[in-house]
Amino acid sequence: MHDDIETKVRQFIADNFLFREDRHSLCETESLLESGLMDSTGVLELVAFLECDIGIEINDADIVPENLDSVQNITNFAKSRTLKAA
Amino acid sequence: MCGIAGYIGPGDSLSSSRKLIQQMIGVIAHRGPDEQDIYCDREIALGHARLSIIDPAGGKQPMSNADKTVWLIFNGEIFNHVEIRQDLTLRGHVFRTKSDTEVILNLYLEKGEECVNDLNGDFSFAIWDSRRKKLVLARDRMGVRPLFYTELGGRLTFASEVKSLLKVPGINAELDPIALDQIFSFWFPLAPRTPFKGVFELPPGHMLVATPGGKHIRPYWSLAFPDADDHGSWDQRSEKTIAEECRELLFDATRIRLRSDVPVGAYLSGGLDSSIITAAVKHISPRNLRTFSVTFKSEEFDEREFQQEMVQALDTRHEEVLCDAADIARMFPKVIHHTEQPVLRTAPAPLFALSDLVHQKGYKVVLTGEGADEVFAGYDIFKEAKLRRFCARQPHSKYRPMLFQRLYPYLPRLQNQSHTTLAAFFNSAHDSLDDPLFSHLPRFRSTRGTRNFLSSDMREKLAGYDALGEMRESLPADFTRWHPLSQAQYLETVFLLPGYILSSQGDRMSMAHAVEGRYPFLDHRLVEFASRIPPAMKIRGMCEKHILRESMKGLLPTNIRQRPKQPYRAPESDCFTGRSAPSYVESELSMSKIDACGYFHSTAVEKLTNKRRLRSTLSMRDNMAFVGILSTQLWHREFVEATQTSAINQPHRAVA
Repeated sequence: MHDDIETKVRQFIADNFLFREDRHSLCETESLLESGLMDSTGVLELVAFLECDIGIEINDADIVPENLDSVQNITNFAKSRTLKAA
Repeated sequence: MCGIAGYIGPGDSLSSSRKLIQQMIGVIAHRGPDEQDIYCDREIALGHARLSIIDPAGGKQPMSNADKTVWLIFNGEIFNHVEIRQDLTLRGHVFRTKSDTEVILNLYLEKGEECVNDLNGDFSFAIWDSRRKKLVLARDRMGVRPLFYTELGGRLTFASEVKSLLKVPGINAELDPIALDQIFSFWFPLAPRTPFKGVFELPPGHMLVATPGGKHIRPYWSLAFPDADDHGSWDQRSEKTIAEECRELLFDATRIRLRSDVPVGAYLSGGLDSSIITAAVKHISPRNLRTFSVTFKSEEFDEREFQQEMVQALDTRHEEVLCDAADIARMFPKVIHHTEQPVLRTAPAPLFALSDLVHQKGYKVVLTGEGADEVFAGYDIFKEAKLRRFCARQPHSKYRPMLFQRLYPYLPRLQNQSHTTLAAFFNSAHDSLDDPLFSHLPRFRSTRGTRNFLSSDMREKLAGYDALGEMRESLPADFTRWHPLSQAQYLETVFLLPGYILSSQGDRMSMAHAVEGRYPFLDHRLVEFASRIPPAMKIRGMCEKHILRESMKGLLPTNIRQRPKQPYRAPESDCFTGRSAPSYVESELSMSKIDACGYFHSTAVEKLTNKRRLRSTLSMRDNMAFVGILSTQLWHREFVEATQTSAINQPHRAVA
């Protein structure tokens, strides 16, 4: 299940922010905001993905860079929420 | 206002020279549909397409002095031609016409190249001085009127638009990868570079002198600001006296821009700047004024309510053109034919429709409020930078970043963001306060996200190239001593204004329909005056253009005078999707076409177009990428493919 979340997150980022598979430089902890891959309106796309596709509820207070600004942050955040829900 | 074209250097026979210069001027006849003429001899070819505004009967060009040794072609207007003519007449010059063209000619005969310093106007011109075997090209200080040039086979060729140059056998359209990288970083190429490899623009405020010994390019004017701690003679000046002088200068700048032998209208967006200009026109010349504006179906972009308020207040005869998403998509290929460069926004398209309306109503000249945001610090980027500096001074403050939510009240999606996300986006903690581009880093960062779509081939060609580094290196030596607001204003005024606003949204859109825009806020006297105004009087707290608002007390309805900045925006990538989308969109963005052109990564573009289809809104970055990719593909079709086709259809001619 958790590996599944990480795969889904990576796929989502590749399809919606990265757009290309041959960009290998995106590492686990790279800031999506600072790299220009995700802008402040892109954050809302990410929130919609986490709510609809991963099925977790996001409060306004959750929309902070510590939860959403890198593959690792997003995966950890999503995992912790699905754990809670379970 | 007009179009010019010409060349100097070894040429073909006189008859083929004539034919070529006629073709070059014919392709930009939209700039000057009233009259066309050429001058050719063994050394030089000059062509002119005329839009008759001042002295329609006498201002024919190319124009020469009495003994036909000095020839001039000129695009633009000299607004202080009346005063210069008086001075020259006193000094014994005799005039044959009432035109401003003859004023430049006589001024050159007296002062040589230094004549540009006396001119208050928007111009690009070429003077051929056969006595000295010298060609002088010059362009106005702010970059209102365009001038492009290239060299081939020892011949220097120049024109108002690149499409003229492409008429010359051997001059072909090829995309410059560095220009594409710059457009996908800044929205425009850094002058003198253009998207066309080997074709350059003469930068604003510069002149080019070509003699048999070679060519020399030099600036004759540049924008400068005082050092941050240098208050000089302005230290004792009250806000009131500065506001009064500002108003007087703006009125005079407007007054001389009403000089015309044909009626002058005004663009009215409903914002502060165009309202000021419209009010100033009515104040100076209270006759019946015609005003023109764009309206949008979507409430997010439409400003009709404010336009109507000004129309009522000033009693103008108003015309408007409704521009919806389908109109933008339909016009877009023509728009790119005229911008001659890829664009990341659709904003030029509604202005293309607006100049069409003005033309159809029989008008050739409009005054607009362009330039006020650069000269008086109206853009949000100035407040954003101020706020980012404020946050960066206390990076751990929880409260300072909350102010970011107040920055963009007209962007509803930004209101839902937590202040920490906004702070991370605006990145107040990581950007170096010492970076001369500090004010523009968030904009450049989000724009450069669009480079992600470049093909591997383009990336290889761009390896090691640093667009921001090139911009940093081009800054004046004393830049770092200026106040941060002055630095940010410089970046907007010297780069974005001529590179995109005055060209892709300005000259190229209005001249596509033979309409001349005149911009009182860009009168160099006002620009120089405003550069001395203390920054705190420009942005008071978080209120932009404070001193300008103060100077307009009593002239505008309070509601308009106090209205916060509403940037001009138009529907973006959503214009190009859905059932009403024109067929060119699908073909230009198809994987095969993308691969054939080679600029972009076709699977990435495919994903973007799918995302566009599936989602009702896209992020700013994705919108810019979509419009940028589509416009680059259209640029390729309009210029690279079109010239290849015409080369196949025309018999080959050798270039000397």
